[in-house]
Amino acid sequence: MTDIWAEREVSGWGRVPRATMLCARADHPRDVAAALAARGGEPMIAHGLGRSYGDAAMMRGGRVVFTRRLDRMLAFDEASGVVRVEAGVSVEDLILAFLPRGFFPPVVPGTWFVTVGGAIAADIHGKNHHVAGSFGDHVRAIDILVASGDVVHASRDENADLFAATIGGMGLTGVILSAEFAMERVAGPLIDMESIKFENLDEYFAVNAESDAFSHTVSWIDCTTRGDAMGRGIYMRGRHSSVLGAGDPFDAGVVDDAMKLVNARPFEANWLLNGLSIRAFNTAYFNKQLKKRVAAQAHFKSFFFPLDSVRGWNHLYGDRGFMQYQMVVPDREAVREVLTEITGAGMASFLAVIKDFGATCNGGLSFPRPGTTLALDFPNHGAPLLALMERLDRIVATAGGRVYLAKDARMSRDTFREMYPDWEAWRDVKERWDPNHHFQSEQGLRLGLCGGASS
Amino acid sequence: MSAWIFGATSRVGEALARHWAQRGYDIVLSARRREEAEAIASDIALRFRVRAHVLVLDATDIDGHEAAILAMAASSGAIDHAALVFGDMGDQEGSQADSAAAAHVINVNYTGAVSICETLAALMIEQGSGNIIGVSSVAGDRGRASNYIYGSAKGAFTLYLQGLRNRLHEHGVGVLTVKLGFVDTRMTWALQSGLPKATPEASAAAIAAAVERGENVMYYPRFWAGIMGIIRAIPEPIYKRLKIG
Repeated sequence: MTDIWAEREVSGWGRVPRATMLCARADHPRDVAAALAARGGEPMIAHGLGRSYGDAAMMRGGRVVFTRRLDRMLAFDEASGVVRVEAGVSVEDLILAFLPRGFFPPVVPGTWFVTVGGAIAADIHGKNHHVAGSFGDHVRAIDILVASGDVVHASRDENADLFAATIGGMGLTGVILSAEFAMERVAGPLIDMESIKFENLDEYFAVNAESDAFSHTVSWIDCTTRGDAMGRGIYMRGRHSSVLGAGDPFDAGVVDDAMKLVNARPFEANWLLNGLSIRAFNTAYFNKQLKKRVAAQAHFKSFFFPLDSVRGWNHLYGDRGFMQYQMVVPDREAVREVLTEITGAGMASFLAVIKDFGATCNGGLSFPRPGTTLALDFPNHGAPLLALMERLDRIVATAGGRVYLAKDARMSRDTFREMYPDWEAWRDVKERWDPNHHFQSEQGLRLGLCGGASS
Repeated sequence: MSAWIFGATSRVGEALARHWAQRGYDIVLSARRREEAEAIASDIALRFRVRAHVLVLDATDIDGHEAAILAMAASSGAIDHAALVFGDMGDQEGSQADSAAAAHVINVNYTGAVSICETLAALMIEQGSGNIIGVSSVAGDRGRASNYIYGSAKGAFTLYLQGLRNRLHEHGVGVLTVKLGFVDTRMTWALQSGLPKATPEASAAAIAAAVERGENVMYYPRFWAGIMGIIRAIPEPIYKRLKIG
């Protein structure tokens, strides 16, 4: 028999930290159980498409099991749109298979290169959170390999504690093998959308308040401008179009070719994204749209996944990698405070996104809660960036907000516990299903969610 | 139109099935493990909207091959392509020490493959068309200390396919011998090598293209033809002293 374990370099999307560790790659669900049984007593964590940014899907001194090849679609009901798939099926796979039938995933993040398992583990949200909630809200049942080696069926009625703790549980309750969820019915690939320029943060909130009629909202926000123009940006709002679109409603080949056009890896350099280029990009982006309001029809790819057309865009930040900071706060003043802190720190964020969440909140370790979320990318400046993030943590925690675990690579355990008051109840469930902590990640250890660190 | 894959739960087999399903072929997925083959069948039917059938078959269960294949053929119609992708490397040291282990490796890779091919050949002669694709290995090109039990079975399979091609040519049936180098599958996961590994998807596309062109023998990745040309050219008095792999 060939060895199932081999050394591989593993990192999150931000490429900090990255390290070499023993990995297995599952072709079939039984391979995950085999890996768990043969992990040599070391802790293990699943790794899908690697789009969480930090250290959530890696484990130095432990084992990693890659789930990307668990990519079979197992069942689909055309009448209800309910689909059952293996956990390594990606949002891309779902769209390519089901958009021609008139169905779209109920929630999609900013990239289609995420697995269903990862979408559940991070309880991802999308531009429609204010009307549709997060991905976990649409999941009806999962099959999950737990520490005992059993595959457990879990839903809101059956093993409900495990089900709830797994949604947003960052892979620490076991390895999700398959999931059942309902797709949304759509007419075609087009999005009816409007882009509205806003001159500052107050205007963002004003536009947001009159956007209830749109199922999808998100805004790009310039985080390099201070003073009166602080928080200027472009508000994008839209909905799945009822128009089928001219000609072929969906040509996967064209999309696929377009995706191959740009590859960021040859441009990898630490100096490329600096304060000057970031400021120039943000100003150009803001000024690109001349009119106050532009209505247009967009292809879903450019509306939902604009960065996917640049393969490996995370390499643009160079070898040093980058960090993302995403938080949600319940009140506007905290958003202003965060923006003031960032623009004052002189560490420009290349791409910043702002959105208001809806009312749903899944508890446990799930991120979304009512309020405004802001996501920022920073080149890895090292210590000054970590210090800035600590200052932001204070503002966010004081306001009763929290930082998104799927983006996190550095939060302290105390801060985490302040932001996620459900953590103890969550860990009780984790320990019920995994008393000996077979499932651990570097993030879980850092945050005191696994590894028996009860202090 | 239908394409049959023997060894469908291997990643190259699954990639071939997806490749042909995307082009409208109904698919027959043959494998030992029903549950995994059925997951792949559901997936192919959903993604590509073709029919996908499961044929549970063990390569070493020679007595059962003919009846099982004929029964499936009766319901699935003409067979355009039939690819044998399965294989079992076994464990060289285990095969040296235990003749039953060696016999198993030979039975999976050679005897079983021959049995399936003969049944397919009879069907395709009757049809007057079809392609048999035998996935052999570069390991069958020259014996090596580290894997010669497996290598000899694959070498015998290569020779068998050559004879079969010779016989079936006048019946309008093609036979393609595929010699795979390193493909990124479970077999090579832990393999440390400076040579690049091809993806299963690229391998499948290359195999399907070679079938379309009516090729007889192909190496994939292609550069393996050069590597094996050199290895085959080394005179035996020198070769026997070398430690290759």
